[in-house]
Amino acid sequence: MRGKLAWAAVALGLIAPAAQAGKPDDTLNLAWSAQIENYDQYFNTVREGIVFAREIWDNLVDRDPRTGEYKPLLAKSYRWVDPLTLDFALRQGISFHDGTPFTATDVAYTLNWLADPANKVITQQNVSWIKSVEETGPFAVRIHLKAPFPAALEYLADILPIYPHDYYAKVGPQGMSRHPVGTGPYKVAAAEPGKSFTLLRNDAYFKESPKGRPAIGRIVQRSIAEMPTQIAELMTGSIDWIWQVPADQAEKLRQVPGVTVKSAETMRIGYVGFDAAGRSGATPVKDRRVREAIAHAIDRAAMVKNLVGGDSRVLDAACFPSQFGCTDEGVKRYAYDPALAKTLLAEAGYPNGFDIDIYAYRERPWAEAIIGYLRAVGIRAKLTYLQYAALRDKNWAGTTPLFYMTWGSNSINDVSAILGNFFTGSPDDFARDAQLKSWIETGDTAIDPAVRKANYRQALQRIAEEIYWLPMFSYVANYAFSADLDFSPDADEVPRFYAAHWK
Amino acid sequence: MLAFALKRLALALLVALTVSIVSFSLLRLSGDLAQALAGPSATAADVEAVRKAYGLDQPLWVQYLAWARQALHGDLGTSFFFKEPVAAMIAARLPVTMTLGVSALLFALLVALPLGILAALKPNSWVDRLALTLSVVGQALPSFWFALMLMILFGLKLRWLPISGTASWKSFVMPAIALGYYGMPTFMRLTRAGMMEVLASDYIRTARAKGLRAPAILLKHALRNAIVPVVAVAAVQLGFFLGGSIVIESVFALHGVGYLGWESISRADFPVVQAIVLVLALFYIVLTLLADLLNAFLDPRIRVG
Repeated sequence: MRGKLAWAAVALGLIAPAAQAGKPDDTLNLAWSAQIENYDQYFNTVREGIVFAREIWDNLVDRDPRTGEYKPLLAKSYRWVDPLTLDFALRQGISFHDGTPFTATDVAYTLNWLADPANKVITQQNVSWIKSVEETGPFAVRIHLKAPFPAALEYLADILPIYPHDYYAKVGPQGMSRHPVGTGPYKVAAAEPGKSFTLLRNDAYFKESPKGRPAIGRIVQRSIAEMPTQIAELMTGSIDWIWQVPADQAEKLRQVPGVTVKSAETMRIGYVGFDAAGRSGATPVKDRRVREAIAHAIDRAAMVKNLVGGDSRVLDAACFPSQFGCTDEGVKRYAYDPALAKTLLAEAGYPNGFDIDIYAYRERPWAEAIIGYLRAVGIRAKLTYLQYAALRDKNWAGTTPLFYMTWGSNSINDVSAILGNFFTGSPDDFARDAQLKSWIETGDTAIDPAVRKANYRQALQRIAEEIYWLPMFSYVANYAFSADLDFSPDADEVPRFYAAHWK
Repeated sequence: MLAFALKRLALALLVALTVSIVSFSLLRLSGDLAQALAGPSATAADVEAVRKAYGLDQPLWVQYLAWARQALHGDLGTSFFFKEPVAAMIAARLPVTMTLGVSALLFALLVALPLGILAALKPNSWVDRLALTLSVVGQALPSFWFALMLMILFGLKLRWLPISGTASWKSFVMPAIALGYYGMPTFMRLTRAGMMEVLASDYIRTARAKGLRAPAILLKHALRNAIVPVVAVAAVQLGFFLGGSIVIESVFALHGVGYLGWESISRADFPVVQAIVLVLALFYIVLTLLADLLNAFLDPRIRVG
């Protein structure tokens, strides 16, 4: 027994320095449940990977989250030579964290390496539009596109950080994941995949950056699986910042002294999808009048007010309002009118309603609210609640007549990231409308913004007219953090810690 | 004894093999793995690319044999998510889980043994009844809830202990209690029963007659004999703690094998889940085997049956 105790004492002797917390130590302690599997931005698929990347690396341009315009970051300026050629003039005098100077070679090397499918960047669609990149001077590059792709700037601003070419050629993705090196406002002091990372302020960060000068000295992140644990840590002050707090717990946290709670709208939208093309057979929703009845049956404003809360708003167009090309001009609106819904159903041949399967993978209570509204007009919807992967299987197989799903567009502020996915003939397309497809494809490939907007407007009007989707509302994200911290969330769900500071 | 040991060993190997086959097959029946791997925003083309890259389009038995061959060479595959060798990942996280498991066992023994002895000294008294009731109530508590209650009391209200992470030895106190609580009833009953039987025996009466004082009798003579079945059961319980720490590790954010297992399941990271099931099953099987052998060694009657 005594022997066992000694062994245990040795094993338990994990003495470590006391946790540094908050303003007194100039350390911002973050917690979230996601695990970043690989700190190399091109080899992870979690949003938190993007959050990390923005602190450590810079992109060619930076999209201002408030105004939406592209500000010069590593690039001084850019110019579309023609629809297939994009020129960048780069800033001079910038260094990477390891001291090596930033030049055009870094941009060309990074983008060429990514565009090569042999290097197996995880999300190919982020890089597959690039044909090649050439250096046109020590601080100038020219990007050649495979086909016209106006969203190119959006992708360059959002998810294509620039790596140091020598270092990356030497260590590759695995090395970059263990010791990330970039030009960004923070440097990596430690990075354990899946567990935690520690960042230190980069005091040599270039002054002209639109990201501003980082204020907080140290950022320490830990992965904590359970929300209650995160909340408890926030309340004791060991953690200073958490996010993705469920609405009911966010409300309770507002009452806690020393904690600030902010609810910000996100680019994720919820929608009810219909099998209008009849892929799952001759279901009632194939009839437009039935779809219109369902549109009138659901009180979206009530759901926003009572269930979603925060800055959420009802949406009528199948896109997020800040996305380029998104407009609800001329888009048909469907007011909450259960009586009209019943009339329409009777007209369509369902005076006593009908039975149908409805599918969902998240926010089960909201799906159940929708079912409640449908029941009130006579539609008996039976819920099948699945994991996302399983539901998407069924979607692609075309076996889901009615579903409540969401889309975040990967925070890409361009309508091509949503319409292109759902209405151009892919397995996600339940409309199968050739004219709609043609408008969207024209919008996706035209360079003239006016042409793009016109085509997208027609597409959005068509989707609303035919009710291929019933857009519901925008999602809200809840952030809870120490009252000592001055932090503002943005709609693109990428927290910018370089812009935060202590009060 | 040897024949018995060999038979038990063969059985253990068979169990390990079955566990690996079952877990391998079950994992691949829960939806399209290629889709789960490619992520929620992947296109159909991306998914097909992933399917080919990971060999998921081959027949199940081909995939299993490939995996088994590698496993026997110590290569437990590469994590789909981390892209690191699974064996190294598990090895890195095993110390946390082992620390937790051993601490939980120590906690359970530290509480159950004295209670069991007290109960045996005064059978059917209020002490006895109280001890048994406490342990039964403990087993009925859901571990998740119990963990959160401990966290609120000791972490939030009293601020005595850290809530999560593995920063110091204090981080293991609450998790050890939350996990070890389940082992208490078994140990207590065994100790009580064993002590009662031993205390009624002749050599104890002799010791009393010789004039030895009660503590000496209790600890030096009675406990040493009564504790034998407890040690064997403790080995099995340790296996249970090692394999059953998923919930506790997740709640307290201890980055051990259980936490990794839980996260890997939700990410459909099959090589990792497979390897963890195998490793934990092996631990459990080895510990059970040791317990069996120990019991057989101490009690010859078991060897024959």
